[in-house]
Amino acid sequence: MQIVHVLGLSVYIMLQMAVRAEQRVGQPVLPGDVLLMPLQEGEQEEEENSALLALRVPSQTRLRMTCGPGLRQRGGSVLVTRSGILCHRIPVLYWVDSQQKRYVPVKGDHVIGIVTAKSGDVFKVDVGGSEQASLSYLAFEGATKRNRPNVQVGDLVYGQFVVANKDMEPELVCIDSCGRAVGMGVFGHEGLLFKVSLGLVRKLLAPQGEIIQELGKIYPFEIVIGMNGRIWVKAKTTQQTLIVANILEACEHMTAEQRKQVFAKFSDNMM
Amino acid sequence: MDRDCCLRVFACEQNLLSRPDGSASFLQGDTSVLAGIYGPAEVKVSKEIFDKATLEVILKPKIGLPAVQEKNQEQIIRNTCEAVVLATLHPRTSITIVLQVVSDAGSLLACCLNAACMGLLDAGLPMKSLFCGVTCALDSERGIILDPTDKQEKESRALLTFAIDSLEKKVLMITSRGSYSIEELQQCIATSQKAADKLFQFYRDSVSRKYSKS
Repeated sequence: MQIVHVLGLSVYIMLQMAVRAEQRVGQPVLPGDVLLMPLQEGEQEEEENSALLALRVPSQTRLRMTCGPGLRQRGGSVLVTRSGILCHRIPVLYWVDSQQKRYVPVKGDHVIGIVTAKSGDVFKVDVGGSEQASLSYLAFEGATKRNRPNVQVGDLVYGQFVVANKDMEPELVCIDSCGRAVGMGVFGHEGLLFKVSLGLVRKLLAPQGEIIQELGKIYPFEIVIGMNGRIWVKAKTTQQTLIVANILEACEHMTAEQRKQVFAKFSDNMM
Repeated sequence: MDRDCCLRVFACEQNLLSRPDGSASFLQGDTSVLAGIYGPAEVKVSKEIFDKATLEVILKPKIGLPAVQEKNQEQIIRNTCEAVVLATLHPRTSITIVLQVVSDAGSLLACCLNAACMGLLDAGLPMKSLFCGVTCALDSERGIILDPTDKQEKESRALLTFAIDSLEKKVLMITSRGSYSIEELQQCIATSQKAADKLFQFYRDSVSRKYSKS
């Protein structure tokens, strides 16, 4: 009797936990949370009747949902696999935005790598992932078999992943599909490289993020931001470089108002 | 079933270490464990598994070198984590969980499991569900004692530690010492599942607090 009762309890809990995905947008989710796929317009009223009924609605009537990082499809529902804030973009793109420190290569990401070895016709580049990325010497602007790029061990490179999946060695290039550098390549013989969390990098690079612009009003500086959590900055003097680096690190847990106050204080000091 | 589950006061802090990819410290009464998680990181060729991540648990005692008991507990924690972590998403990498015992005042294994889960959450490693550890002590007079202290553990007739997952409240792991009947085992499981609800709610609250800052 006891076991039957316990099993009944657990099934009840599962049904209770399954919430429609759109109701959890902007809220923190944890691994093991079950989300129901969003419904089409006409289905809304039917859904109102009973949550249990919704579970049995065949999945083909639901919209095709795209699961981003931190979500996995499991039958007719979606399982959260990572803790973070559930985000949504029109039409039905869902993902979990989490704060991490370890980078996992993703195709198309722009990253800052450190050249660790030269072997034959490829460079080995440390990008902070589980494996070193390879970078062909031909993947630089204007490089030919005879005209090799001048890359030394220890140099910083800004490149883009063309191959990045869990089963293969990641591959970087420093040119776009037309063979132009568009800002990529070896850089930074001066300046400061430091590591921040991946959440902060995404915040800095977000289209509506104004941190860099606001900071640029205080000092002129050069900055390179890699999706792998590495940031390189260079200002006029070493002191200014350090200040910029410290402000960027501090921005992680500041709200927009707090940030404005800090920036205002700095601008006053500069006068 | 109607027994009210009285766990000791528990507390947790996430992301308190700067070097590891994820870290957490978990307190249960006077028992405290600090967890550091590294991964998915580079793996030694000898330990590489071609289709999944290599999970490694290192348990450091408060004083002295790890002995047989620690090695046994490492194995138990490793097996529990392996049941929950989606290791196939990061093949040929290593996930290392380092657990440092800060103070031991009973229910140490349960506290280690909780610290490991909070650390894995902080590191953002993919998991099927959460898990928690609950220890039950069986006493001849008072029946089941949840989350026993050092003294209660010593006086108990039997001591059972469970790992419970959050998805279906299923038992992931049982380790026990002493003698107990099947009914007592089932009662212990039911009590632990109730306690697990409290712990999972606490996990949710602490993660919400972490993400409310940004």
